[in-house]
Amino acid sequence: MGFVFYLISTFTVGGALAAVLLKNLVHAALALTVAFFGLALLFLRLDAQFAGFAQILVYVGAVAILVVFAILLTRGSELPKEGVFSKTWLVGLAIAAGVFALLAWAVLQAAPWLPQEKAAPTVTVNDIGNALMSRYVLPLEIVAVLLTAALLGAVIVAMHEKERSR
Amino acid sequence: MANPLTGYLIVAALVFAIGLAGALTRRNAIMVLIGIELMLNAANLNLIAFWRYGRHPEVLTGMMFAIFSIAVAAAEAAVGLGLVISIYRHAKTTDLEQMNRMKG
Amino acid sequence: MQEAMAFTPQLDASSIAQWLWLIPAVPIVSSGIIALLKQPRRKMASGLAIGSLGFSLIVAIAAFAHVLSGWSHGFAVREVVNFSWIQVGAQSVELGWVLDPLSAVMMVMVCFVGLLIFIYSTGYMEHDENYTRFFCFLALFAGAMLGVVISNSILLLFMCWELVGLTSYLLIGFWYQKPAAAAAAKKAFVTTRVGDIFFLLGIVWLFAQTGTLLFYDHGAGSLESLALGGLLVHQSHWGLTAAGAIGLLIFAGAAGKSGQLPLHVWLPDAMEGPTPVSALIHAATMVAAGVYLIARVYSLMSAGAVAHGGAAGTTTALMVVTWVGAATALFAALVAVAQNDIKRILAYSTVSQLGYMMAGLGVGGVAVGMFHLITHAFFKALLFMGAGSVIHGAHEEQDIRKMGGMKPAMPWTFATYAVGMLALCGVPIFFSGFWSKDAILESAHQWPVAQAPYYMLIFGAVLTAFYMTRQLSYVFFGAYRGHGQAHESPRVMTGPLVILAFFAMALGVIGTPAWPWFRSFLENHAAEVEMHAFAESAWLMLLLTSCVIVAVGIGLAWWLYGDKSPRAEEPDALEKAIPPVWTVFANRIYVDELYGVTVIAFYYWWAKVADWIDRNIWGGIVAGITLLFKVWAQVNRFLDTNMVDGGFDKGCEELYNGGGILARIQNGRGQIYLRLLAVAVVVLAAILIWSGRP
Repeated sequence: MGFVFYLISTFTVGGALAAVLLKNLVHAALALTVAFFGLALLFLRLDAQFAGFAQILVYVGAVAILVVFAILLTRGSELPKEGVFSKTWLVGLAIAAGVFALLAWAVLQAAPWLPQEKAAPTVTVNDIGNALMSRYVLPLEIVAVLLTAALLGAVIVAMHEKERSR
Repeated sequence: MANPLTGYLIVAALVFAIGLAGALTRRNAIMVLIGIELMLNAANLNLIAFWRYGRHPEVLTGMMFAIFSIAVAAAEAAVGLGLVISIYRHAKTTDLEQMNRMKG
Repeated sequence: MQEAMAFTPQLDASSIAQWLWLIPAVPIVSSGIIALLKQPRRKMASGLAIGSLGFSLIVAIAAFAHVLSGWSHGFAVREVVNFSWIQVGAQSVELGWVLDPLSAVMMVMVCFVGLLIFIYSTGYMEHDENYTRFFCFLALFAGAMLGVVISNSILLLFMCWELVGLTSYLLIGFWYQKPAAAAAAKKAFVTTRVGDIFFLLGIVWLFAQTGTLLFYDHGAGSLESLALGGLLVHQSHWGLTAAGAIGLLIFAGAAGKSGQLPLHVWLPDAMEGPTPVSALIHAATMVAAGVYLIARVYSLMSAGAVAHGGAAGTTTALMVVTWVGAATALFAALVAVAQNDIKRILAYSTVSQLGYMMAGLGVGGVAVGMFHLITHAFFKALLFMGAGSVIHGAHEEQDIRKMGGMKPAMPWTFATYAVGMLALCGVPIFFSGFWSKDAILESAHQWPVAQAPYYMLIFGAVLTAFYMTRQLSYVFFGAYRGHGQAHESPRVMTGPLVILAFFAMALGVIGTPAWPWFRSFLENHAAEVEMHAFAESAWLMLLLTSCVIVAVGIGLAWWLYGDKSPRAEEPDALEKAIPPVWTVFANRIYVDELYGVTVIAFYYWWAKVADWIDRNIWGGIVAGITLLFKVWAQVNRFLDTNMVDGGFDKGCEELYNGGGILARIQNGRGQIYLRLLAVAVVVLAAILIWSGRP
């Protein structure tokens, strides 16, 4: 593992931590963006260029912006009085720690049997396109429908209800 | 580390745990969604890592999975945030501690 | 099984003996019929009673005539009719009756005197509302007394004896609303009971020893020579033979019934009953039952006389009888001197005369004692009935200090009363009392054991004359100190008085030394008229002694009391003379008080002890057991409430609380659900991974 990997990992994990710990929601959203960036870089390191750029396009470009918009529309910039963490935050933390412990244990335990191909795969966008149209055409269409439904749904849900009761 | 895959997996696990912690402990609904996004991202990292170091990467299974996951995550984020906005309009707050209409 | 038993030739069974049982049975049956009658049927009640006793009298006279004819022909009549009542294995309880001179004489006396008293009662109880009940009890009494007299079985005698005691109780307490009467009845019953216990012991011993309950049973009876011989063989304590010991036990019973010294206390108190009751029961008949009993078992008591050459009256048993009798005679005479109630004087007089009878039996034998019994029955009944007449005439006054001068107002009563009084005092020649008392004195004088009883009896005779004269002068002489106007009693009451007075005088004839018919009749030998017996020096001495006794007694009393009529508030003339002695006598020599502090106090204490034991010990045990149960019940309740109920309640509570706790999971907060999900996933994953390890 190179130094670069550690650097990018630190960047990513730090961003994730900040996203979760910061009191100001806008700052948290921006930290999230940093985490997304970090992950994209990791994808690039893993020779998944398409995934990396797709990550940047979608997550950073859409999801993060969406989150910021939501924060703004729900007055999230105002700091709440009772605090940002739940009263029983320790329980949540313990559970998350437990999950991490489990995962780490699983990984470390299975370390000798993990595959490690050294050769980098040569994947072009052409191949991805072909795969989308042939093998993965059904998921593609379904995702399209899903996106349409999500679009419609989000609009309806977030729309002002003028005539209906409060 | 002998196996670079292990490193990526650990990082992914870490991000996942952090995301989970955020989803479980933050009071704001939007923060919960942020946590969820982090978890999804961690899963994506896992997938890509296994695609890179696994057998037959030319089949593109991992890559495809990750791409579709990104797409779905985006859709879900849109809908979820829309819901949060709608709820905010109704209850005038996004504090999860106060939302217990499901009680009983 | 019945036969005629004779000492000389055998007699055939007589029909009269067969029917002898009617004599007691008819009055008892009539008593039962009267008991069923209602109160207003007075005439029927008294008619039934008088009729039944009259019938018994007729049968008794017939029986007497039979015995008399047998005697006059030289037979010793003793006819028994025995039967077996209950069979118990090989033994049987035998009852029966006997017709011999002794029972014949007693039967006639009881029936005759009883009949006169019944007739008298119709007048005396005229104004009483319980007239019917009175005659029911009277008839029952007469029947029971006659049962005692004719009984041949000691058990039947005891049964009738107890019945006599019961009717005495009922009649003494006739006016039971008066507490004094109820107490007196109870006292009579209890005191005679004390004697009866010993009597019963004697019966049991006699039966155990001789094997038979019958007195006479053709040689096998308990009073016949075979049995007596057997009894004499056994020695008991203090030099007594079995015969003597049994005799003494029986005497104890007789002492209770006849008011001998320690057990006399009930007789004066028994005067609470109506006067006819006093006359019949406590003068003539019931108290005489004790004397009769001793006469009946005389052969038992006189068996084996060895001291003093086998003379009569020298067995230990008879000596006891004599001493007790003499002591009683003197004691009662002393107390009678200081009494102020007309009936009480006569009651103590009766006790005294009963002592004379017992002493006579002891020193002189059956004939001597029985003669005095017969004469006493007549004149004492006469005196009591006369007293009743006086009480009636003085408007229910009984204190002699509130009477006086009744002679002009009640001539018939006075005359008959005077006859009775003179007979009782033993005024010589004309009065039967003299002859009978004289016979006793003569026998006492000739008693080989000691002369003391003779002197005691003489002193008693002086006192008798004294107190009777005192009573007479208080009641009939002087001025009338009572209230209202004294008046004579109706003919139905004075009639019997006259008849009794006649007999009080005439009966002396059958007991004179010149013609000792009575003795001969009873002892089954011929009686000759020997006028020269009057000329014997011993008898003349006795006559002189009696004259002196009477003169001293009457003279002293007349000098002290005479025609003076002391008022009730003034002390008595004798009291002025010897005050401390007077007080002792007036308080009946404190015998009742002695009993009160000893026997009665003991019984009270014992009753309290028994009560304490009952309440604390038995009651305590019961309370303890109850407490045990209560404690057990409490423990059960505790267990039930706390463990069973409590456990169940607690369980339900825990379930409830558990439900409450579990419900907290459903709090409606999504983050919490999320956490639970995460936990579940972790656990599941861990399990899967763990189980999937190679």
